[in-house]
Amino acid sequence: MAKVLMKGNEATGRAAIQAGCTFFAGYPITPQNEVPEYLSRELPLAGGTFVQAESEVAAINMLYGAGGAGARCMTSSSSPGIALKQEGIGYCVFGEIPCVINSVSRGGPALGTIQPSQQDYNQATRGGANGDYHIPVLAPATIQEAVDAVKEAFEIADFYRTPVMVLQDGLIGQMMEPVDFDVPVKKREIPPKSEWALGYGNGKAHIIEGIVIDAPYCEKKNLRFFEEKYKVIEENEVKYEEYMMDDAEYAFVAYGSTSRICKTAIKVLREKGIKIGLIRPQTLWPFPKKPFENKNIKLFIDVEMNMGQMVPDVALACNDKNKVKFFGRCGGMIPSPEEVIEAAEKIIGGAE
Amino acid sequence: MYTDDKRVRIISGHYGSGKTEFAVNYVMNLKKFSNKKVAISDMDIVNVYFRSREKRDEIISNGVEIFDSSISASADLPAIPKEMLIPFVNKDYDYVVDLGGNDVGTIVLGRFKEYIDLNELDFFMVVNLYRPETLDFDAIIAQKERLEKASGFNITGFVNNTNLVRETTAADLIYGDEILRKVSNATGVPIKYTSYVEEVVKDITPEVLSKLSGEVIPLKYYMREVWM
Repeated sequence: MAKVLMKGNEATGRAAIQAGCTFFAGYPITPQNEVPEYLSRELPLAGGTFVQAESEVAAINMLYGAGGAGARCMTSSSSPGIALKQEGIGYCVFGEIPCVINSVSRGGPALGTIQPSQQDYNQATRGGANGDYHIPVLAPATIQEAVDAVKEAFEIADFYRTPVMVLQDGLIGQMMEPVDFDVPVKKREIPPKSEWALGYGNGKAHIIEGIVIDAPYCEKKNLRFFEEKYKVIEENEVKYEEYMMDDAEYAFVAYGSTSRICKTAIKVLREKGIKIGLIRPQTLWPFPKKPFENKNIKLFIDVEMNMGQMVPDVALACNDKNKVKFFGRCGGMIPSPEEVIEAAEKIIGGAE
Repeated sequence: MYTDDKRVRIISGHYGSGKTEFAVNYVMNLKKFSNKKVAISDMDIVNVYFRSREKRDEIISNGVEIFDSSISASADLPAIPKEMLIPFVNKDYDYVVDLGGNDVGTIVLGRFKEYIDLNELDFFMVVNLYRPETLDFDAIIAQKERLEKASGFNITGFVNNTNLVRETTAADLIYGDEILRKVSNATGVPIKYTSYVEEVVKDITPEVLSKLSGEVIPLKYYMREVWM
């Protein structure tokens, strides 16, 4: 199919429909409003159901129901709205509800600003619900990647029976780019939902669990999640890009919009003779560890629109915290390529 | 020529049409040729990022007056200042209005309607054939009618700004022209301008130009950062 020009948020909505999403519940918040705006118009035309929920909390719990009944379902929000959803995400994890949570980050904490940020890295990868758990977090850097990530998120969600988050910063949500909706994504052999979903029991009990009385059983369930889901996801679902890393002595580490700024900075720094590349995680959990085994890299320069939330993951991955430096802006401020170049030169100059 | 257009130019179009890039480029060029005061109003209360008000300093340094529809460029506090009225009634001004994204965005204009003299008004609709809302003849007609109904003004000219951002080629402009010309013939509304970003579309030749309608004007990116 020919390319069309779309805003990240609209493209996210269209990708969800294309992926077979039949239920969306959400509550408006900038900078992701075009997602529900688009789906309120288009999802019913595609035979799906759009619900403007009375709150973010209600929306995630509607997914608990819809996903529990076997529907491909999605909710979308931005930072403080995602904060409100945390309890519900925990319930979806424990109930093994496949669902997609689209998160378009803005400046925080609290209601913060409406400008783009990456201050929700910890919120996405560590989560705010109680208990031991992980959810896969996909971090696209272009509108095309956002479309592909949304489609793949549904596949991952159904395959592992888990909530999946697509973490976009406000820029990806608001930016316009050409996109091709026919790019194929990896399909997975998904067992029929009639084996577990509500309404398919035919006399057999299908139970979505939120509470278990029995501690040994609860521990067993936790262990099963770690053994059968998280370990497998860490083995099979890691995604990253290495950009100009072949001869690199230094590496930026960045995802989403800041990775694009770093690519621009790399061009300039390379002209100045600095051999620098980029490691771009496309999944934030599972975090890509392999590219950090590169022993040629003297310093990893983490660039984010936050105060350095990814730094511990980079330090763990490269196994040398002294090699990890950081530059970032926060609160909704976007670093310019010039700022990134200056910061990198300072960091590298200090090292040499 | 920019100065041949009516004194008040309202620039409309669905978001993604390239309306704001066109409006900012237009007003900067207009300033070079106009012997009047030149002002631009950012009446877009629909979009939250990539607003002409973000380029406030650059616009002002070119001698253009700018009025915002937000308390600060990065906040989402829509407000229509009374100063936006002045260039509608003061004939010492050449006025460019960057109107909101779609038919909802045009509602703001209602506030000024009684001060707008139709004889002084050009109402341009910027069209990008690669936007889903304006991807064919019928969609463009529908979009035009929605804009006219919501604003109460008739479109007086089209701008062919067909683009895929940094992937745009001359062939895209020609494709846009073919469809838009059919709309133009059916509605009697002329294609006033064809616009393209000079640093992106490198294959503009005399043959290409002969296939494009209206005045063909190169633009530069004001809103889109180099890494976007």
